[in-house]
Amino acid sequence: MAGAIYRKPVSFALMATVAVLVGSVVTMAYPMLRPEMHPRLDSLKAFTALQLAGRDVYQREGCVNCHTQTVRPLRSEVVRYGDYSKAGEFYYDRPFLWGSKRTGPDLAREGGKRPDAWHYKHYANPQSIEKKSNMPKYAFLAEARLDPAEVASHMRALGLAAAPEELAALAQKTEMDALVAYTQWLGHAVQRKAGGGALDLAAVNPLGDSPHAIARGQKVFADNCTACHGDEGHGVPEVAPDLLDDSFLGEKPDMPDGAWFALIHDGSDAKGALGRKGMENGGMTAFGGQIPDDDIWAVISYLRAQMAHEKKEAPTMEKVEHKGQERKP
Amino acid sequence: MNEYRYDNQTVQGFILSSIFWGVVGILVGLLISMQLWAPALNFTPWLSYGRLRPVHTNGLALGLGVGAIFGLTYYVVMRLCRRPLVFPRLARAQLWIFNLAIAAAAVTLMMGKTQSLEYAELEWPLDIGVVVLWVMFAVNVFATIVKRREEQMYVSLWYVIATVVAVAILYLVNNAFIPAGLWKSYHAYAGLNSANVQWWYGHNAVGFIFTTPILAFFYYFLPKTTGLPIFSHRLSIVSFWSLVFAYLWTGAHHLVYTPLPDWIQTLAIVFTMFLIAPSWGSVVNGYYTVGADWSKMRSQYLTKFFVVGITFYGLQTVQGPTQALRVVSQLIHYTDWVPGHVHMGTMGWVTMTICGSIYYVIPRIYGTEIHSEKVANLHFWLVLVGQLIFSITMWITGIQQGAMWKVMNADGTLKYTFMDGLVRNYPYWHTRTLGGIIFTAGMVLFVYNVLKTIQKGKALQASQDPSPAPAAA
Repeated sequence: MAGAIYRKPVSFALMATVAVLVGSVVTMAYPMLRPEMHPRLDSLKAFTALQLAGRDVYQREGCVNCHTQTVRPLRSEVVRYGDYSKAGEFYYDRPFLWGSKRTGPDLAREGGKRPDAWHYKHYANPQSIEKKSNMPKYAFLAEARLDPAEVASHMRALGLAAAPEELAALAQKTEMDALVAYTQWLGHAVQRKAGGGALDLAAVNPLGDSPHAIARGQKVFADNCTACHGDEGHGVPEVAPDLLDDSFLGEKPDMPDGAWFALIHDGSDAKGALGRKGMENGGMTAFGGQIPDDDIWAVISYLRAQMAHEKKEAPTMEKVEHKGQERKP
Repeated sequence: MNEYRYDNQTVQGFILSSIFWGVVGILVGLLISMQLWAPALNFTPWLSYGRLRPVHTNGLALGLGVGAIFGLTYYVVMRLCRRPLVFPRLARAQLWIFNLAIAAAAVTLMMGKTQSLEYAELEWPLDIGVVVLWVMFAVNVFATIVKRREEQMYVSLWYVIATVVAVAILYLVNNAFIPAGLWKSYHAYAGLNSANVQWWYGHNAVGFIFTTPILAFFYYFLPKTTGLPIFSHRLSIVSFWSLVFAYLWTGAHHLVYTPLPDWIQTLAIVFTMFLIAPSWGSVVNGYYTVGADWSKMRSQYLTKFFVVGITFYGLQTVQGPTQALRVVSQLIHYTDWVPGHVHMGTMGWVTMTICGSIYYVIPRIYGTEIHSEKVANLHFWLVLVGQLIFSITMWITGIQQGAMWKVMNADGTLKYTFMDGLVRNYPYWHTRTLGGIIFTAGMVLFVYNVLKTIQKGKALQASQDPSPAPAAA
């Protein structure tokens, strides 16, 4: 009897259909009925017209082929990118863009991490910021104007609201503006860093001006800071400030060690506590947890050495190297 | 007895189309492999990595894969049913629409028209084209099977039927969309459901395009090539039903450690482990079949294509489930390990088996022999070596990448920046391109050999008989 099915193609096809449907129903269709598959964080904001246009560009250029948008609940990922991804962050994602390959870094927590200007510069020419990056250049996006009518139809398709003046304003925007706006949207629903805690204005750099600390600080600075603050710490116009001149240090040219530490450790979050205005859309990245506290202090040692060097106009780094050699046993 | 004729021209048309798109897909693959280490090769937006990668995957999955599936399935179905196709003109129309659709797919993907769903990138107008093609295929296959002249349906027909049914369900559900323009749509599902439906589709598209039809060919062409009957009919039955039942539960192993509910991930992992059994059912069946006379490996050059193919299928179906385990996934997921895994399956199992099948079919259409066994053997060794260099390189760098992402200092901070890890990939990416070049050289020999055989066959026909082609084998 069991063999009869292999002589009856119609029954056979029906049986094969049932076989493939069981798993499909249990793992794909049935979950759709469960509320746990439709969560929405209260803090999650729908796309604006500009952000959706940016997401369309992200899709069109196939960014998802190299970048993921989901931080796994693994210690190393949370330290590297920020809090792990929550189910309720993706309510508006059609389709989801979690990706399957990290040729480049995860972007789920990219929003608010860096200033807009950094992204404009990076998208136009990634190698101008990371010399060895293999990302293609997207300078052409800055030449392409948005079509408000097209974006409006996309907003309608998704049932998202957009005021007429918001749509009209798109005519002045480029695809690059849209992509940057979308990038800054990413991860907004989850607070990036606990913030605070590191601000202790009385803290004193435990490493002082030791030559080892300065040399170490120079290396840490080169690895983590030069992309925005320039090779010498003199900043990159509209991306990040010159760390050595008075306009940054303000009326207190001698910012205390504790304030320096807080700014590097907590990034933009520390600015409010310090009463500094900072940039819109993020600004300073929080390095707390990404690099060791000792390395943060070493960077401060290095920056102070640089400042002293600029004042004296003497070749400080050479001196540091010589001093280091002298002290070696 | 042969008062009917098999429709060999359509079969050959699909095979040649599939070879053409295969060459295109492989060349695009070579270019994007170089773009990974030479970003200056992203010449224009149309030729940038993000747009070309789907051209590579779709070109090979739909162009080479589905094209060969159409052609070889028709060949196998006609012979196992002992009759020509019920609708030969429909099949001929299908061949033309197929080529138009793949060409349109390549162009629109380069224009950036994409749904951003892996292996379901094509925008909705082309989705409709794919559905039409699949319906044409299904109608011909089912009609021919229903009106067959052989009572028993052989194993290959089971796999063909399962393929037709499963791909239809998968494709229709995952490509449900909200229209937003002629070439723009949004997924009908949002967030977690979008992810879950996509990987239910994504994994099973692999299952029912790169596994079941290829097994159908394996079960047909291995005994044909070697003259040895399949070792165990019972093992075929058990393997078939457990494979088609278990496959559909496993998609969420692509979503391990994502916000998808844990129970779906765990269920997927469990069924993925179970899948080793039916997969190896076919591996064992293949090995024991040839085991009846291993000298066939020496005496019949095609045997090694199938034996090596099924060997990589076996390795693939152990490596895959291993990757699904949480402890392994957290190290290798999102790294280059994964392309290494995929290419072992596609270059080692799928392409090897398809090439073996085509080497069998083309000479028989003309009642002749292959142009050159020597060239075929060289082709075999080149694609084998190329694939091994590719896969092994990617596994090594994948583990290195995954480890560098994880390593922490004593105080809980990260040891390496993301760029530190990326830079260490470059030498491996160079080596991968080298593997790809070797593989491509092998495939060029394959194309040459097939074309020469057809040329020889046509000359033979012209000299033998001015009237139409002979009834086929």
